[in-house]
Amino acid sequence: MSKKKDFDLVSTVGWTAIAVLGVAAAFFLASTFERPPVTAIQWGNRGTAMELVYNPRTVARELPRHAVPPKEEEVDKSGIPSREAYQNVQVLGDLDSAEFLRLMNAITAWVSPQQGCTYCHNPENLAEDSVYTKIVTRKMLQMTRVINDSWQAHVGQTGVTCWTCHRGQPVPAYVWATDPPQAQRRTRGLMNTAAGQNTVSTAAGLSSLPTDPFTPFLLEDKQIRVTTTWTPMSVGDNRMSIKQTEWTYALMFHFSAATGANCTFCHNSQNFGKWEGSTPQRVTAWHGIAMVRAINNDWIVPLTPLWQENPKGPPEAGAAAALVRLGPMGDAMKVNCLTCHQGAHRPLLGARMLADYPELNAVSLSPIPLRAAMR
Amino acid sequence: MPLEYQNIFTRVQVHGPAPNPGVPLPAGDEARIGKGTFVHLLGRFGEAQLGPIYLGRLGLLSIVCGLIAIVIIGLNMWASVNWDPIQFVRQFFWLALEPPPPHYGLRIPPLQDGGWWLMAGFFLTASILLWWLRTYRRARALGLGTHVAWAFASAIWLYLVLGFIRPVLMGSWGEAVPFGIFPHLDWTAAFSIRYGNLFYNPFHALSIVFLYGSTLLFAMHGATVLAVSRYGGERELDQTIDRGTAYERAALFWRWCMGFNATSESIHRWAWWFAVLTPLTGGIGILLTGTVVDNWYLWAVKHGFAPMYDPVVPGGVVDPLLAAGR
Repeated sequence: MSKKKDFDLVSTVGWTAIAVLGVAAAFFLASTFERPPVTAIQWGNRGTAMELVYNPRTVARELPRHAVPPKEEEVDKSGIPSREAYQNVQVLGDLDSAEFLRLMNAITAWVSPQQGCTYCHNPENLAEDSVYTKIVTRKMLQMTRVINDSWQAHVGQTGVTCWTCHRGQPVPAYVWATDPPQAQRRTRGLMNTAAGQNTVSTAAGLSSLPTDPFTPFLLEDKQIRVTTTWTPMSVGDNRMSIKQTEWTYALMFHFSAATGANCTFCHNSQNFGKWEGSTPQRVTAWHGIAMVRAINNDWIVPLTPLWQENPKGPPEAGAAAALVRLGPMGDAMKVNCLTCHQGAHRPLLGARMLADYPELNAVSLSPIPLRAAMR
Repeated sequence: MPLEYQNIFTRVQVHGPAPNPGVPLPAGDEARIGKGTFVHLLGRFGEAQLGPIYLGRLGLLSIVCGLIAIVIIGLNMWASVNWDPIQFVRQFFWLALEPPPPHYGLRIPPLQDGGWWLMAGFFLTASILLWWLRTYRRARALGLGTHVAWAFASAIWLYLVLGFIRPVLMGSWGEAVPFGIFPHLDWTAAFSIRYGNLFYNPFHALSIVFLYGSTLLFAMHGATVLAVSRYGGERELDQTIDRGTAYERAALFWRWCMGFNATSESIHRWAWWFAVLTPLTGGIGILLTGTVVDNWYLWAVKHGFAPMYDPVVPGGVVDPLLAAGR
């Protein structure tokens, strides 16, 4: 027997293959799975798998994102309404002038803390409407009032403030614009279009589902309901296709990402369409869809020309000039669930911030025609 | 070393001095390609002999049709990332060739609106059917039964239901499955959601039973034969007529464990039927979905096998659309 071992090709290949597979498996495990612990909260009947799943580490990491800024110090009323104390006060005229200043300070802290008053005001003449952001703010104040007054089915008594979306940024961090048609974006000539899907969809949890479920459902009023809930049999009265289902599915992915909850937060997965087995949160979400659609159509879209004229923001935008104000199609950046929720099923973890700022309820809704306001 | 006796990796390769050319072919058949060769690595997984290959007219046509389909699918995927090779690799699992939008019904759509999908589907189907004929013809040429061909036919049935028969019955190519890795999985999930939860489809349930049953049977059978291979247990079919100690020990093992044992011939019938019934029942389930039943959950309620739960909140939740109408 020779002591010198021959080079054994097969076992060399074998061991190399095992080593490569081992590294790949370790990478897969480390990059795919979340390290425990996982907390599960029962959310429906036993056996329905309706539960909320949280990892305490992730919750702790996300907490700062949902923090509420320090409360703006309360002020004594001056007794003079701001319409008498100042000029050109159009929507806050009924507000006491001291409270008016408090609100102005709060808005600056919420929306343009870096830029200060000049993000919206001409420092030479604060009353003047020469900076377009002042007109935007006026409409946004009215929008806030409408949300808090008319959409309590979604926002409850908690309500919203500028902070709920803005979080210290002149343009909220989570906004969306309409996808350009795929013909312009990716396919050419005779090659197949992909029906708005089949690429990495960030809107739909990195799946290959439609990439822009917002335009049809949160701007337009396309039908979201796809399942037949009135009869078990095919009698020809529901023509919703599987492709349409994929659009709805993509929207639901967005809800899940926005609220940090899974499907069973609202649905009994036994049958997604059935209302009887759903949780009350589904009703709240249903009103939310209508609310977001109204926000986009009634308040955001009409302001589009202002952003088109000022794509880099007002003159004093500073670093905020780099923020994206228009989508690739020239449309305004719009609102979806994530804009407020940011991963929490109650924005700001349900903090009742509006209660600290009753000034926001003093906004006058007397309509200023938008075109007139924009001059 | 105890592992030595577990016999789960191939340790011995037996072959003659030269590759076996196979039996003479009947007149009219084309010649086999090559003389065959031995590959040690292949011998670790199966037979060490590679080739000679019988291609024939059917095989050649099938491969050509299959290649056309794959090229159409691949080029359309590649076009969808603007011919960027890096993005093609990076996003490969997300890319797809999508069937036509539903509004075309069963009409022939323009190429860029699903026409390519229709064409790829045609060539892929042609390729599969030709390959089926090939499995049938090769089995007959060797004097075999046609069990493989009919098992394959069962899989083809499911494929045809998904991509052709059901879309035709629904009146829309748009109902069919996209060609793509993740997109076909998304399609599957959406299919279940659209039709009220496929888990309540009894044919889907049957299909799952046969699928999981197949893996169980495969594991039981494979394990049994390996366990008795030290007594010559792999010579299963010999044992159909000449039972030896390997067979008797395996049979006794299962009778001890569960009171009953399959025989060395019947176990293959179990395997064949479980495998064949998986796509067969699955195909029936798909075929009935949307054509006959629109909501499997409600169907299960109607037939009394969907469990009912108390409402999550007292009084339950009401559809806000209906509540508004009240």
